[in-house]
Amino acid sequence: MSLKYIGEILPALFNGATMTLSIFFWTIILATPLGILVSLGEMSKIKPIKWLVNFYVWIMRGTPLLLQLIFVFYGLPIIHIVFPRYQAALLAFVLNYAAYFAEIFRGGFQSIDKGQFEAAKVLRLNRWQTMTQIVIPQVIKIVLPSIGNEVINLVKDSSLVYVIGLGDLLRAGNVAMARDVTLIPLVLVGVIYLLLISICAFVLKKLEKYFSYYR
Amino acid sequence: MLEVKNLYKEFNNRPILKDISFTLKDGEIMTIVGPSGAGKTTLLRIIAGLETKDSGEILIDSQAYDSGKVGVVFQDYNLFPNLNVLQNITLAPTMVLKESKEEANKKAYELLNRLQMNGREKQYPYELSGGQKQRVAIARALAMKPRILCYDEPTSALDPNLRKEVEKMILGLKKSGLTQLIITHDLQFAENVADQMLKVQPLSEG
Ligand SMILES: Nc1ncnc2c1ncn2[C@@H]1O[C@H](COP(=O)(O)OP(=O)(O)OP(=O)(O)O)[C@@H](O)[C@H]1O
Ligand SMILES: [Mg+2]
Repeated sequence: MSLKYIGEILPALFNGATMTLSIFFWTIILATPLGILVSLGEMSKIKPIKWLVNFYVWIMRGTPLLLQLIFVFYGLPIIHIVFPRYQAALLAFVLNYAAYFAEIFRGGFQSIDKGQFEAAKVLRLNRWQTMTQIVIPQVIKIVLPSIGNEVINLVKDSSLVYVIGLGDLLRAGNVAMARDVTLIPLVLVGVIYLLLISICAFVLKKLEKYFSYYR
Repeated sequence: MLEVKNLYKEFNNRPILKDISFTLKDGEIMTIVGPSGAGKTTLLRIIAGLETKDSGEILIDSQAYDSGKVGVVFQDYNLFPNLNVLQNITLAPTMVLKESKEEANKKAYELLNRLQMNGREKQYPYELSGGQKQRVAIARALAMKPRILCYDEPTSALDPNLRKEVEKMILGLKKSGLTQLIITHDLQFAENVADQMLKVQPLSEG
């Protein structure tokens, strides 16, 4: 395996990795707050909100992300709703991941002892203060491992954007392989994915460690 | 002065408290005793505003009041695990009473001193024993300057030595003028601290 060849294709692969990372970061940044909102909707006392939100989560978790991607990019134009490739991919990813995040956050919120809310109430903390100072910090610690699993899944799932023709890491590798008839690009793609996931796992470990200052 | 008049409470059509009336004068201690399931905790929760009543009146200084006038030391303390001792105590005074951080810290140190908890300001609840958690819960409640402090079975989780300590602490707080309402199963303890004792009995069906 020649180093020169690796040097030649690496820029294209890194270019693809930028797309992968862009989908990755934007999905996390947008799906996290949306997931928290959806989890609050799932616990809402207002029935129609609860039904609507549960229906959304049911669809998102009950159908393949690949189908959702194809639906948004190739399906919706049939009824004249057209998204550019990148926006279509992001929309599908954010909606899908927000549903998974919501289930995790709901579990987190529900595991907070109701004594915490009562203590806050007799101390006259209002709802916002109770949430931001007491509940959410505890929820974050509780959900961190599960959110971490999803985040690692997301790195790999991001390769699905391939089907709608976005130039991500996997596509870059595939193109080089077909052109040069060699396995090296795919091996490198695998190595880069491994690297990304290892970095994610490392950061998550650090975060969990940070939150271990209390039990 | 706390006045409870003809308090009535039911859960799912089952009467739990009926004709509860008493007056607790400022600076005095009342203990609430009675068998398990009699409704002691329910009574305390109603007074603290954590539970609604079905009928009757509860007044402080002859006026209706909002919760917050009543401090609560919960049976399992309910400290905030993500906050250290100092933060547990100063959170509400800074956020609700809008005290400055320095002011709130200073008072928290004084309270901890009084409760012999100095030096533990930076510890987290999981690092404390049951008795120490209880003191933090008391300090946290006192920092909000309640008119009345309620305790739900403050001696139940403590060994006999610590029980004596709690007794001393509660009588010490009484000396400083605090009005206290204490649920307990420990009759000896109740006799030792009480100015008056309320006996609650379970109500039979209907
Ligand atoms: N939220 C509730 N819904 C329905 N029933 C309740 C509720 N809270 C309490 N009860 C019932 O009310 C009765 C009194 O309960 P409470 O906790 O006040 O008793 P207690 O005197 O404090 O007992 P213990 O000494 O065991 O703590 C019990 O029969 C209990 O099952
Ligand atoms: Mg009780």
